[in-house]
Amino acid sequence: MATATATHDPAGATAPATVLECRDVSVRFGGLVALSEFNLTLQQGEIVGLIGPNGAGKTTVFNVITGIYRPTAGDIRLFGHSIAGLRPHRITQMGVARTFQNIRLFGNMTVLDNVRTAFHSRTRAGVLAALLRTRGFHAEEQALTRRALELLEILGLSHRAGALARNLPYGEQRRLEIARALATGPRLLLLDEPAAGMNPNESRQLRDLIQEVHRRFGLTTLLIEHHMDVVMSICHRVVVLDYGRTIASGTPDEVRRNPAVIAAYLGEER
Amino acid sequence: MDIFLQQLVNGLQVGAVYALIALGYTMVYGVIKMINFAHGDVYMVGAYVAFAVATLLASGQTTAAGLAIFALAMVVAMVGCALLGALIERTAYRPLRGQSRMVALTTAIGVSLLLENLMQIIAGPNPRPFPELIPEQTWNVGVVHVNAKFMIVLAVSLVMMVGLQYLVMHTRLGKAMRAVAYDIDAARLMGVDVNRVIAYTFMIGSALAAVAGILVGTVYQRIDPFMGILPGLKAFVAAVLGGIGNIPGAMLGGLLMGLAEVAVSSVRSQLTGAVAFVILIAVLLFKPTGLLGERVYDKV
Amino acid sequence: MSELPSAQAAVWVRNPSWPAVAARWALQVAVTGGLYAALQVVAGANRYYEVVLTQAGIYVILAVSLNLIMGYTGQLSIGHAGFMAVGAYAAAILTKFFHAPFGLALLAGGVVAGIAGLLVGVPSLRLRGDYLAIATLGFGEIISVLIALIDEVHVGGWVIDIGGAQGMIGIPRHTTFAWTFFTAVAVIKLVWHFVHSTHGRACIAIREDEVAAEAMGIPTTRYKVLAFSMGAVMAGIAGGLHAHQYLYLNPALAGFMNSVFILVIVVIGGMGSTTGAVAAAVFFTYMNQALPNWLQALNLPDRIDPPAVRMVLFSVLLIVVMLVRPRGLLGGVELTWDGVARWVQAALGRGHGAGRADAVKGGRA
Repeated sequence: MATATATHDPAGATAPATVLECRDVSVRFGGLVALSEFNLTLQQGEIVGLIGPNGAGKTTVFNVITGIYRPTAGDIRLFGHSIAGLRPHRITQMGVARTFQNIRLFGNMTVLDNVRTAFHSRTRAGVLAALLRTRGFHAEEQALTRRALELLEILGLSHRAGALARNLPYGEQRRLEIARALATGPRLLLLDEPAAGMNPNESRQLRDLIQEVHRRFGLTTLLIEHHMDVVMSICHRVVVLDYGRTIASGTPDEVRRNPAVIAAYLGEER
Repeated sequence: MDIFLQQLVNGLQVGAVYALIALGYTMVYGVIKMINFAHGDVYMVGAYVAFAVATLLASGQTTAAGLAIFALAMVVAMVGCALLGALIERTAYRPLRGQSRMVALTTAIGVSLLLENLMQIIAGPNPRPFPELIPEQTWNVGVVHVNAKFMIVLAVSLVMMVGLQYLVMHTRLGKAMRAVAYDIDAARLMGVDVNRVIAYTFMIGSALAAVAGILVGTVYQRIDPFMGILPGLKAFVAAVLGGIGNIPGAMLGGLLMGLAEVAVSSVRSQLTGAVAFVILIAVLLFKPTGLLGERVYDKV
Repeated sequence: MSELPSAQAAVWVRNPSWPAVAARWALQVAVTGGLYAALQVVAGANRYYEVVLTQAGIYVILAVSLNLIMGYTGQLSIGHAGFMAVGAYAAAILTKFFHAPFGLALLAGGVVAGIAGLLVGVPSLRLRGDYLAIATLGFGEIISVLIALIDEVHVGGWVIDIGGAQGMIGIPRHTTFAWTFFTAVAVIKLVWHFVHSTHGRACIAIREDEVAAEAMGIPTTRYKVLAFSMGAVMAGIAGGLHAHQYLYLNPALAGFMNSVFILVIVVIGGMGSTTGAVAAAVFFTYMNQALPNWLQALNLPDRIDPPAVRMVLFSVLLIVVMLVRPRGLLGGVELTWDGVARWVQAALGRGHGAGRADAVKGGRA
């Protein structure tokens, strides 16, 4: 589980490190260009919003960062290491976690198990230890169970630990997705429309939750959202995509006023 | 050289049959993304229906009458199998359309076993001799011996394939089939009666399998309840080879499969059974989309 | 997995104190021993019962091993009998020609089958769904054809005759009900341990949503291959047991029909339910033996072939179960020691109480 330190500087100074760098990343599927010369730099501790009309390429950005797609051109660097072309599980192990736009929980597993599964990459006990039920195996299982329960507590789901994930109401499923992503121990968290389908009250609570989690675990967060109130209130910066290209970037206020953005996307301020 | 050409002719004959069966697999897979495991057994049923008609009517008749009975048997078999295909789709596959691959495949295996063993009970396990409808007649084309049966196989398969191509490319039903194959939800939203299109697809595929059945019965002159298993699997591999979901691909794959088998059997006949599976593994490893297939990108 | 009510942390973590652990062990040993004793009496009474019970044990192992691949990891494999055959032949060669001890031969057969599993799995498990199924089917058939091709192998000065298409005879009789029972128990226990661990959760996650599993840091291909190979090892051991009971092997053992039989057991018994796999294996093995006798008693006309009737019933059952309960009859339902304990307590009217401390997510055998 990530501790509360916000930097990697052993001397303790708060010089922000560059967490993620996308350089001229392009993604094509046959003739379709999903993303074109995308550039993004994320500094440690930032919350950056990624907005744009449907089909603009926002989820493609997530998919290419997390390794589900291979960039057709360009490079992606995580803490300075190139991750383009790595398998998704490797990238997750390096500290990137995500939630999905269409919730992808492990439906027939319990809430607790969904989270415990995500601890897998941080376990050491091998298959043999599991088969023979060694003491080391038991200790590790107990430890990860406890940490899973702590995460559920933070996300307000501990009363649901034994429920099947597919039986959860929608809002709780979204929170479980976040809990599960956090269990992988990320330093960079990608949230894909976490407030989708929520009413204003729920999205306010979610906004507070994101901020708390971000602070508590010292994360850097990239957030795709259509709920402008959430984006504008918690993001330090906002990047706007349209047709696979970046059309604007800056503080929420700057972006809100940008005529190109308004033309492409924001009909009126929310 | 003569042997080579002769084997070529044999290969085409075997391949034509595989192609006909493969078309059914590929069309069904195209529209509902499911391998109809029972398809090979529909082919078997087609052979038996044709056998029944032929046995009823045939007895040392003239060539013309023989051909007429052949044609009649073929039509009856086609209609019968089309109905069978529609029945299977309606009762066993449609209710499970949303379910996982495992469920669909298992059900298809169940239908396949059911057809085989029902036929075994009805018609007995022993192979039955197919009546002689096409006279033994051989012509010499250059150095190659071409017999009447081969001509019939070639002619009928060609007609069927051309007919299918026309249906798929130049008719409204064909357009609907292609739409459903491309994106079933969009097709539904466009007002296509998806259930009917799928039913028709099954019917057409099954009718083609019936044709293959009667052709095999005529050429090899024997049928048995389990004759559909191996050709069914091989035809499936042929469909994969050509690019599953791709109609010209199924025809190409079938012909190539036939040629490959004949080639291998002339060298070492015990290995013939493995040819199809070796091809399958090779395709899946090196070019899973098949020779004519297209890359499909998953939306995540 | 059934819904459990909310709980404190202590409830989710198994009570590790010595008395509790010892008590659990004692209970399991007692029940297992008792069951064995009871069944052994039945097996000892009558050769027929012995054969049926032993066959049941063998198919329990096969079903549980395939369930690991299909039910828990979600990978479609319809060539499983190929691994059984590989293990069977390997074990039989070792005992018949090299006079190896039975246990060693079984293990060696398992290892060889596991290697075959690796060879098949690594290329195939990159494929999804239907393609994977057909690839495994293809490999099963290839194994069958290869076995049929090999008549004799000359190793050093030795001639190993495996009979090719005619099959291998003269295999020493080593399998007893005891061997089969305890091997099955060991297999069930090991599979259970695997499934209820982080590795098992990784496999189940792959079944549930492979993309999400990969995104949560699970190396999906590695686990698919692992589950596949483990299943192959167990199938190989089952094959060895079969070889030394049936005393005759032929290439059809690797064939599609046998694979389908195992598949049907797993699917009907319930995907992802070890209990279901065990129950279905026992049921179907018994049916396989008993049905011909019942059909005989019906005095059907000669034309109707009993095996065909059996297959018709079988396939209808399969279709009906798929239509009515696609997850399988016991899909998602698991018999666990804790489940039994809770049931007993509820029946005795005790409800919440001391037994709670033993409740663990997912239960434990």
